[in-house]
Amino acid sequence: MNADSRPVVNSHFRLQWEKTQQAWVLLYPEGMVKLNGSAGEILCRCDGSRSIDGLVAELEAAFAATGLRNDVVAFLDHAAQQRWVRLA
Amino acid sequence: MSRQPGPPLWLLAELTYRCPLHCVFCFNPVDFALHRDELGTEEWLRVLNEARTLGAVQCGISGGEPLLRDDLEIIVGEAHRLGYYTNLLTSGVGLDEARAARLKEAGLDHIQLSFQDSTQEVNDFLSHTRTFELKERVAKRIKEHGWPMVMNVVIHRLNIDHIGRIIEMAADLGAEYLELANAQYYSWGHLNRDQLLPSREQLVRAEAITNAWRARLGERMKIFFVVPDYYEGRPKKCMNGWGNVFLTITPDGLALPCHTARMLPGIEFPNVRDTGVREAWYDSEGFNRYRGTAWMKEPCRSCPEQENDLGGCRCQAFMLAGDAAVADPVCSKSPDHGVVEQTVAHAQQNGPTAQPLVFRNPRESERLARPF
Repeated sequence: MNADSRPVVNSHFRLQWEKTQQAWVLLYPEGMVKLNGSAGEILCRCDGSRSIDGLVAELEAAFAATGLRNDVVAFLDHAAQQRWVRLA
Repeated sequence: MSRQPGPPLWLLAELTYRCPLHCVFCFNPVDFALHRDELGTEEWLRVLNEARTLGAVQCGISGGEPLLRDDLEIIVGEAHRLGYYTNLLTSGVGLDEARAARLKEAGLDHIQLSFQDSTQEVNDFLSHTRTFELKERVAKRIKEHGWPMVMNVVIHRLNIDHIGRIIEMAADLGAEYLELANAQYYSWGHLNRDQLLPSREQLVRAEAITNAWRARLGERMKIFFVVPDYYEGRPKKCMNGWGNVFLTITPDGLALPCHTARMLPGIEFPNVRDTGVREAWYDSEGFNRYRGTAWMKEPCRSCPEQENDLGGCRCQAFMLAGDAAVADPVCSKSPDHGVVEQTVAHAQQNGPTAQPLVFRNPRESERLARPF
């Protein structure tokens, strides 16, 4: 995974906001992962249009934070391992 | 129960008890033929709506064989529109190209296809039909439409020794997930238990073969192997807790905490024909009866593991011990555990059992006319 990689949620998963759970969830055959706040904010931006650089910049702007890169990359590594995302 | 239960995240819509197959381990009630009054299309659409409002998000569409309902596409379409993730649980019988295309258009997300065995002989024998080749064709069709596919094979004494070939077949057909679900001994499976419960030796060998295939296939196909709880010594946390996340609606409209609970005597479960889904889930006596831990007797009441397993399965307690409110007899701490030990001991013997297999069909159902 490098700075130009463009992560996208894998087609066999569906990401959606669930009002009753107040959370983003990943849906897949007969299962569901309820995402915590930061995981949801990252994944909902993984539509294949943003590079990791772009993603980090956007998150840092949205949450008025700096130094998020390591956390974002660590989560995306985990997400790729779980096959939630692939790199476009 | 002081804590407000969470929403029913999982809705299982059993559209019909009718089925072209006659599987000997079917979990539909033994007296299914006495419950023919199916909900209509509009009633199903209302149930989908009400459950979605409560927070249900996974929708299993099951039966019987749900493809026998002409309005399946309408029901799937509405479930999709409401934002459910839709799972069709099917034998594949009736899934021709035209219906597959219509279901795709309706927004169906996933198909779970059941197989009985890797060989035509055993598949067709166990389902009492000639369906093996058809299922192979359907598996290809599912992949051509781009659906993820879960292949579900109920495992038992008569097919467990083919497990390597079953795994190979599922991988060849392109399944993303394979559920090797050891038969659960409810309903028709309970009737046929002596013929279906594998020996310990068979189980150990099957698990070793499964693990070798897992190592070989890696991420390509995820394999689930569920050990029959008779061999576990600890009870399962059935349905992840009574009335906790799981809601079943039967073909005739009963709202149940699991698909076999209608066998329990002395509980009046609500029917969605005259009760809203919210009221059924939160307020009905049936759903509140075994929520949490307050209902427990000894040894569960003082057991340090009570939160892990919630006392196991209420239906199994009723079937094996005659009382739904006692510890699940698969638990080694249950005073009724001897019943399970006896059954397990019997399964270690090799000889054929005298009793013939009972195939699920309407005639047998009417003849037996009992819930399990």
